Amino acid sequence: MTTMEQLPTEEPRTSRRWSPRAQVSALYTRTGLRGWYSRLPRWGRLVANLVFFGLAALLPYVGSVPLIGPQIITNGISWGNTLFDMTYYVLLALGLNVVVGYAGMLDLGYVGFFAVGAYTVALMTSGDSVLHLRWGWLAALPFAVAITLISGVVLGWPTLRLRGDYLAIVTLGFAEIIRVTANSASFLRGDRGFGGLPHPPGSWPDGTKIFGLRDLRPYYWLGLVAIVLVIFAVHNLDRSRVGRSWLAIREDEEVAEIMGVRTVKYKLWAFAIGAFIGGLGGVLFAGYNAFMNSSTFVLQFSILVLAGVVMGGSGNIPGAILGGALISYIPDRLRGIEDPLTHTDLFQWRFVLFGAVIILIMLFRPQGLAPNRRRAMELKDRAREVAP
Amino acid sequence: MNFTAFWHTLGPNTISGLVVGSIIALFALGYTLVYGVLRLINFAHSEVFMVGTFAAAAAWSAVGVTTNSVLPGFWGLAALIVLGLVAAVIASGGTALVVELVAYRPLRRRNAPPLAFLITAIGASLVISETFGVFTHHNQRGTARLVPVHDLLVFGDTHITVLDVLVVGLALVMMFALDRFVGRTKMGRGIRAVAQSPDNAALMGVNKDRIISLVFLLGGLMAGVAAVMYLLRVANAQYDAGFTLGIQAFTAAVLGGIGNLRGALVGGLVLGLCELYGGALFGTAWQNVVAFVVLVAVLMFRPTGILGEALGRARA
Repeated sequence: MTTMEQLPTEEPRTSRRWSPRAQVSALYTRTGLRGWYSRLPRWGRLVANLVFFGLAALLPYVGSVPLIGPQIITNGISWGNTLFDMTYYVLLALGLNVVVGYAGMLDLGYVGFFAVGAYTVALMTSGDSVLHLRWGWLAALPFAVAITLISGVVLGWPTLRLRGDYLAIVTLGFAEIIRVTANSASFLRGDRGFGGLPHPPGSWPDGTKIFGLRDLRPYYWLGLVAIVLVIFAVHNLDRSRVGRSWLAIREDEEVAEIMGVRTVKYKLWAFAIGAFIGGLGGVLFAGYNAFMNSSTFVLQFSILVLAGVVMGGSGNIPGAILGGALISYIPDRLRGIEDPLTHTDLFQWRFVLFGAVIILIMLFRPQGLAPNRRRAMELKDRAREVAP
Repeated sequence: MNFTAFWHTLGPNTISGLVVGSIIALFALGYTLVYGVLRLINFAHSEVFMVGTFAAAAAWSAVGVTTNSVLPGFWGLAALIVLGLVAAVIASGGTALVVELVAYRPLRRRNAPPLAFLITAIGASLVISETFGVFTHHNQRGTARLVPVHDLLVFGDTHITVLDVLVVGLALVMMFALDRFVGRTKMGRGIRAVAQSPDNAALMGVNKDRIISLVFLLGGLMAGVAAVMYLLRVANAQYDAGFTLGIQAFTAAVLGGIGNLRGALVGGLVLGLCELYGGALFGTAWQNVVAFVVLVAVLMFRPTGILGEALGRARA
């Protein structure tokens, strides 16, 4: 009767092992920086976040740090400009991370949403626009973001039945359609573009404008605020029913459907939220650049952002931030350095560099620099199942 | 919608549509072969084509034929075209093999998810096209218009030139040769076996890796021929020429039924006609959009394409 005797002792152990919480902690043995972070109490994590973003807000002054500072700041382009570029790249990476990293849909036309956001602002604010509205930047913001959200749903809808490779090509096609439309539709003005876009409103107590042309730091801080809000929203979504549905869809769409996840609904959610964040990036971009035309939005841009997400670690917010910041910072840092091969700026090699980087990352660290743990485990698992 | 222009240009557009379509069809074979065997889109195939155009242009300028040079007689021209074909085929085939070796084989070894392959292929595509872009300063490189525009046949305002016949004829010959190769030879049987079931084929003694390399090589050869035909028609090479044409070729492959060699021909010709007719109806700027609309429509209503997916399925 050994089984009868063992049962009482066995039962609590198995039940503890299969309780969701215990299973999760068994899966995630957290080490390193992230382990330290996750073991902090709630207030400790809040403080750590505040310290991190406080340090990020001080980045414009990094040039005055002795020794390290001059190595970090860029030469061929002003440091303020570099920092602002980084903010909208990080926003785009965060948005694409929702679509690619969370929901697992490879979207190669993401720059399209960036363009939709920027063009909506241009149409509503510029004097060159056919609408003749001449609104302020802040008034155009909610409309632009809403229109990109809708465009995300409209473009997402026909692609809902497509998987993987097909989805990638079709989204690529959508980006191309948006580009051709920007080039050819007369109300979008093609190459002539829109001039005189207004900057965000506000002035310092002494009467000078906050968002002027001389001081670029306020744009960076504005971008940083947008990033913090987006991180907060995306993080909470990821921990909600929506995020769990995305996870299920990413791992296996058929199984998710069978288990009662409404895949159509949550895939549209992912598209819409990704588009929303991309549009927000476009709105910020339009608020900084007084001029934009159809050649602002090249297709390599989408691929660059994808490279950032993959490089940083898709499905992980810190990874997306890291990747987005790197794809913007590295090319800008390369500006003003002479390339020994063709004796021009190293900057023009940026796409070659990132092409090589994404190959190397996929070959040697497919989970990315700051990976999502679950993703990393999936990849390890697959490698174990390999058939000779 | 401009119907009068459409009717007036129907004849010439049909001819150009067939010519463009046969170039697209040859290009599409690379996508369809790789997809048929690996179930993956070779995103870098557009760059395989692009390298072919530059190789042919370089070969011609190496023997002294550039934009404005005096063209030789018939045999000279034939020799030049053969030279261009050889150069393009070697360069494209080589590029395709390198892409397979760098971006596909290491991932296959560790059973990576399909998206990983797509991302490495995108990386390879970016590296190749931008390297050419940097060295050509993102400009076009012109070549001589080798085949003079002689009318062969004229029906009303429909002119059929020597070039049209040459391009369509060459495409049909290549297609026929490839179809025979895959359908009748021992290697072709290997390709069909791996397409049907890679593991079973390996158990039956087929060298899977060699067959996959062969498939990439065949796609590269076809892209090389397509590159020369494109150069004869357009007379300039450009670092991003492969991209737009590549999307069209992929669309053609899907339209005809991806993985189906004859489907690529049908898809290419149908797409070429659709684009030319669409361009006449809506204006040439929207010509490329037509390809995407056709692609989305096909994927939504008949995802297996006109002839259905089959490499190794139909005659297994």
